Amino acid sequence: MATKVVMEALSPTMEEGRLVKWNKNEGDAVKSGESLAEVETDKAIMELVARGDGVLRKRLINEGDTAPVGQLIAVIGAADENIDALAGGGAAAPQAPAAAQEVEPGAAEQLPQEGAAPASPAPPAQERPRDARTSVPDDAAQSQGEASTPPQERDRTGAERTSTGSQGATLAIGSSEPGDRVRSSPLARKLASERGVELGTVQGSGPGGRIVKKDIEEAATRPKGAPAPAAAQGAPAPVAARRISAEGDYQDIPLTQIRKTIARRLAESIGPVPTFYLTAELDVERVAEMRDSMIELGAEYKVSFNDIVLKAVATALQQHPEVNAHWLGDKMRYFNRVHIGMAVAVEDGLITPVIFDADTKGLADISRESRELAKRARDRKLKPDEYTGATFSVSNLGMFGIEHFTAIINPPEAAILAVGGVEERVVAVDGAPAVRKRMNVTLSCDHRVIDGATGAKFLQTLRRLIENPLMLVY
Amino acid sequence: MSSFDVIFIGGGPAGYVGAIRCAQLGLSVAVVEREALGGTCVLWGCIPAKALLEAAALANRVRHAGEFGVQVGEVRFDYSVAMKRSRAVSSQNSKGVEFLFKKNKVTHIKGTAKLSGKNAVLVKTADGKEEKHEAKKGLVVSTGSRVKGLPQAGLELNKTTVISSDEALVLERAPKTMAIVGAGAVGCEFADVFNAFGTAVTLIDIAPVILPLEDADCSAELAKAFKKRNIEVLTGAKLSDVKIGKSSVKMTVESGGKKQALEVEIVLVAAGRAPNIDEIGLKEAGVQLSDKGFVKVNERMETSVKGIYAIGDVAGPPMLAHKGSREGVVLAEVLAGHKTHGINYDNIPNATYCHPEVASIGLTEQQCKEKKLDYKVGRFPFSANGRARTSGETDGFVKIIRDAKYGEILGAHIIGAHATELIHELAVARENEFTVEEVDLAIHAHPTLAEAVAEAALDSLGKVIHA
Repeated sequence: MATKVVMEALSPTMEEGRLVKWNKNEGDAVKSGESLAEVETDKAIMELVARGDGVLRKRLINEGDTAPVGQLIAVIGAADENIDALAGGGAAAPQAPAAAQEVEPGAAEQLPQEGAAPASPAPPAQERPRDARTSVPDDAAQSQGEASTPPQERDRTGAERTSTGSQGATLAIGSSEPGDRVRSSPLARKLASERGVELGTVQGSGPGGRIVKKDIEEAATRPKGAPAPAAAQGAPAPVAARRISAEGDYQDIPLTQIRKTIARRLAESIGPVPTFYLTAELDVERVAEMRDSMIELGAEYKVSFNDIVLKAVATALQQHPEVNAHWLGDKMRYFNRVHIGMAVAVEDGLITPVIFDADTKGLADISRESRELAKRARDRKLKPDEYTGATFSVSNLGMFGIEHFTAIINPPEAAILAVGGVEERVVAVDGAPAVRKRMNVTLSCDHRVIDGATGAKFLQTLRRLIENPLMLVY
Repeated sequence: MSSFDVIFIGGGPAGYVGAIRCAQLGLSVAVVEREALGGTCVLWGCIPAKALLEAAALANRVRHAGEFGVQVGEVRFDYSVAMKRSRAVSSQNSKGVEFLFKKNKVTHIKGTAKLSGKNAVLVKTADGKEEKHEAKKGLVVSTGSRVKGLPQAGLELNKTTVISSDEALVLERAPKTMAIVGAGAVGCEFADVFNAFGTAVTLIDIAPVILPLEDADCSAELAKAFKKRNIEVLTGAKLSDVKIGKSSVKMTVESGGKKQALEVEIVLVAAGRAPNIDEIGLKEAGVQLSDKGFVKVNERMETSVKGIYAIGDVAGPPMLAHKGSREGVVLAEVLAGHKTHGINYDNIPNATYCHPEVASIGLTEQQCKEKKLDYKVGRFPFSANGRARTSGETDGFVKIIRDAKYGEILGAHIIGAHATELIHELAVARENEFTVEEVDLAIHAHPTLAEAVAEAALDSLGKVIHA
């Protein structure tokens, strides 16, 4: 029997993937578990493996094409098997994702609103995710012929019709075109109409992106018009500078998956997250001394300033779970374990690999891990579980000569620490001017979770640890 | 040594369903099981018990056959025949699982497994050989649970006069007298069975009602039905002076302010099950347990050790076959890299197959009160339902608790004939967030027991028609 090869969710937040390279040609024998292709997810390049034995009979998308999770992209079958039915069904598929990538509002708005990305009311459907079925020709045709499609036909797709919810709850479509369908449960529709939530502005978390009770309850607690906070974790703050081309007035650069994710998530963050900033200048004279004396003992004991900062932050977080927290819409989550996301600049963006249980690790471990993670990040070799699960993030731009900056919170995390460079400054010490090594840190706090004093107390603890690094061994 | 993508330890309803789904998703799978396939459910629980309950139902029907104009001659009840039929049904089902394994190319490794490192198991086969098997993607602990006695009440299982459900399922005859300690689902079901086969049954529980996890109205209704059939029900009970003899057990039961001496042939301990966590190397592998002794898992069935998963009874309550099976399916999707939908643990139906049957989903009225929810109750008795009258099974009712404002179905409780089948309309409704109005709007065929569900929904809106 033929095996369908579909675009798989290779990372927890992946909604579509770009096929970077086919590792098998049509006609090649493949075994279950063998690598079929390399796929660029929103975070990394991953391998897509075969889920059946046979011959790779048909490749349905080309290298460079993007396909939503769940879309049929190839067929594995016996050498002589008739796969027309399967391959035919997907033959038109490359068209759909290609169109989607070019952001064709008309086409996108025909599609049911499904998937995990937030549907912001302001910019219409371009960024709206699609699920696998949207590229199946018969479904697409159906969307096109919406007005004339008999009701029974429509029900087959599982879409909700306004008449089913005859309890007076109208099906609000929001910013969508009339042809758009919003899938929602009857209870969700009732709650939405009572609480004045427009269904079209809500992102569904039910099967196939269906809007359910929980989604409305979350939406009702947000200020009107604010887009939904994403539940997943992703890349945070600063964006790497873009090269400017000398050829012509401008150069169009296609969006890579990571760039799309950064754009979407940063916009989400600056919008609904009520952020405030707390800055402190810390004296790092003793940290420098400690580091120097460690280096004197041998090169193998060399650690970076950032390693010591990470260690101090981890220790401070352990004492301040209210800062080591996530905002989850209907609740806050304080973490008992400390997993620090460390922003790493990569070629076309940034990613935050995670040092898990950083508070329990010694400087040697933190130093080694941060080095390895940064290297793997730059090589795009990080596995999904290596860059998800952070409870708090740290971003350091000191190496770029930045004295002071603010970082953007990576939701659902409640805070991020921006660390500037170490430099010598003249400060008053015991009433006399003195030259000291100083470092600025700025804590960005989600005010829904952290109040001013709470954040300040955390920075107090951090200051005590950084200015007296021996406390780290206490 | 052979190598698989996934190895399940335990072939019960969690493990075998998970294994089949894994195979369907293209993974290579093995299940290590020391007994026949199917686990407690197929061999020592759900299936054989239901076969006996069918026998009991038939016995009770025959007693009333005359009312239907069906004259039967002399009726004799033989528990040993019912038991043998029950075993045959059980082994048929187990063979069915074997067939499904062959069909889906799931390997059954017969033996006892122990975790060996993070991605392998050591299997001791029946002939004493040891073999090692590797699991590349995941090792799944689906070892289930087992009956435990009540040593703290002086009722250590001895398999002759103090027995568990395991022994009750293979008794050669129904005893003259029996005390059943524990009036949860298992206790109530066996009370039903042995009562039908002529045993004088005393049903005892420390809780103030029988089926203490169900809605209080259902508990009361069942107690009433049991008393009508001469099952003695002693709740809020304390046991003392337990003396276990060779052919009988003596004890003192204090209930409702009265102390009474009780002597029975057999005590059936139907309280509590313990997860099977020993001797599989969990501790050595560093797998964390919850404070109640279950394996700790997250919503992706992952334990604290990467690559080791747990599903079913061993991964925590509710200890129900259908909960385990669903966890197996979710796990398979996780392992195959598919998008999966988390399990809604608030929407798992409960079913007790005594007569009348009791089934429920969601919150009980007690729980609604504790949570201070604003709710309304709709109720419809089977005595007002046409179909129930035709079959003469008019005990019981449907009770639906809805949110006062939005009509969300907070909980549904059915006691009566076929309650365990009827509950699923409400399971589907709740899973899809239908409100009581959608339940009523769906046209129910007439005459059916299911009409009582629609009427209860209507009653919650103050619009009941037939009562």
